[in-house]
Amino acid sequence: MKGLFGLAALLAALLASIGSIACGDGGGSQETATPQPATTGTPKAATTGTPQAAAMGTPVVRSGPKEIILATTTSTEDSGLLDVLVPEFEKDSGYNLKVIAVGSGQALAMGERGDADVLLVHAPSSEKKLVDSSAAINRRLVMHNDFIILGPDKDPAGIKGMSSSVDALKKVFDTGSSFISRGDDSGTDKLEKSLWKKAELDPKGKSWYEESGQGMGATLQIANQRDGYTLSDRATFLAQKEGFVLKVLVEGDPLLLNVYSVMQVNPDKFSLVNAAGGEAFADFMVSEKAQQMIGEYVDKKSGKPLFTPDAGKTYEQIGMKTPFG
Amino acid sequence: MDLLWDGLGEAIRIIRTGDYAIWEITLRSLLISGSAVVISLIIGIAVGAAIAFNDFRGRNLVFSLVNTGMGLPPVVVGLLVAIFLWRSGPLGHLRLIYTPAAMVVAQTIIATPIVTGFTAAALRQLDPRWRTQIYALGASRLQMLWIVLWETKLPLMAAVMAGFGGAISEIGASQMVGGNLAGDTRVLTTAVMLEVSRGNFAPAIALSIILLALIFVVSLVLTTVQQQERR
Repeated sequence: MKGLFGLAALLAALLASIGSIACGDGGGSQETATPQPATTGTPKAATTGTPQAAAMGTPVVRSGPKEIILATTTSTEDSGLLDVLVPEFEKDSGYNLKVIAVGSGQALAMGERGDADVLLVHAPSSEKKLVDSSAAINRRLVMHNDFIILGPDKDPAGIKGMSSSVDALKKVFDTGSSFISRGDDSGTDKLEKSLWKKAELDPKGKSWYEESGQGMGATLQIANQRDGYTLSDRATFLAQKEGFVLKVLVEGDPLLLNVYSVMQVNPDKFSLVNAAGGEAFADFMVSEKAQQMIGEYVDKKSGKPLFTPDAGKTYEQIGMKTPFG
Repeated sequence: MDLLWDGLGEAIRIIRTGDYAIWEITLRSLLISGSAVVISLIIGIAVGAAIAFNDFRGRNLVFSLVNTGMGLPPVVVGLLVAIFLWRSGPLGHLRLIYTPAAMVVAQTIIATPIVTGFTAAALRQLDPRWRTQIYALGASRLQMLWIVLWETKLPLMAAVMAGFGGAISEIGASQMVGGNLAGDTRVLTTAVMLEVSRGNFAPAIALSIILLALIFVVSLVLTTVQQQERR
């Protein structure tokens, strides 16, 4: 019967899909169909890692789970830096790093609930809560860049070249110029809110103040379309493509420092945390090798370095008043 | 407009060069959504037949629930599944979060009410006397089910298409339980979202075109099978 042919095809598809679930989708393992780097799947060495890895100081997987969940921010991922660092880390250590890039608010919440193994975030004042409650341990300075205030070329609020970001926001408020905020509890968003607070102004609810609730890239798109002002990290701005017309109007204010720290989620508080893995990645981020790669990482379009490596320095040394801002 | 032409050109280039891991992502989208539809078909036929053939108190309530399930927002399903699968959740120890398996779970939950609803509606239309006749001829329950399904092939295919459409096009749940990890859980929909957020509109449109093409090819295959028995 002709119908049997179609039925056989359907059954074959059914078996194939069930087979793929059984083989490819097991918890923690990877799709068999995808090309995989040679190191994942088996630990690189039973006890000591390759001589090069050991010399570079990158710890190698010994025992325990090979999957590490890194909670980080969309701006870190959008800068492209992790595309360079992560494969290097995975190659040296044999770990499989799952990079979950969300807003800082969510990344920190994941840390507070033990839903991640290690955090790479840039919201120092909010990180304090995790350190104080011991949800996160071993906080270390990794790198920094800065925030900038972008705006349209014609600059209706007249803030171009101002050295105080707080005064610039005051002028945006007074002229009622379009301002696009992240509005997503991210590090960028928290910084922006702290600047408004310092200006003793509350833009919430004003018609010219809009909250995107999205990542930096998406927010820049909106600001670009609206010809509005916005606060952005320099890395995401530099990564924007042709067609982005907003210009850098305010930069250099010490308040605009964007400081990245790495913290391990406390394995004593959360039993499912991959303690060895989290520590391995954190150690990697402050290692000589990673720090050098960070310093050499440039934006493809402008050729300018996007981050300043800071491992080993104190927070005060780079310009912050306290380790938490 | 030029954005769309750029996107089309980019789509051809991506397919030729294999950029953006396009084959890996497309295959993964197909496998995950395909698996979800197959599982939801099994559940959907079982539940759909049960509520279509048996009269019981509260039957209308069950039908209402199934129809409500058809309109279930995928992102809500994603959030609920994530809450269960997070390390901090009751099933955290299974370590399923941010894996393709978790995405299959979420997409199955999304597709099952759709398939169940369509199946139940199709089976309800059958004359109960016809089924009695089949029993009278000595068929077992399973044989009866098989014959009935064969007769309702056409609306069943519609159920499969609807379920597949729901699964392959959803993004919220896939993003939340999968994490859009390159080489691991990235599918066509989440890849589109990522490229848009990075301002890479041409690749985003290209990936969208490829996704539409995939859906078209699948529906072409299913429709061909569906129409085969037409005499």
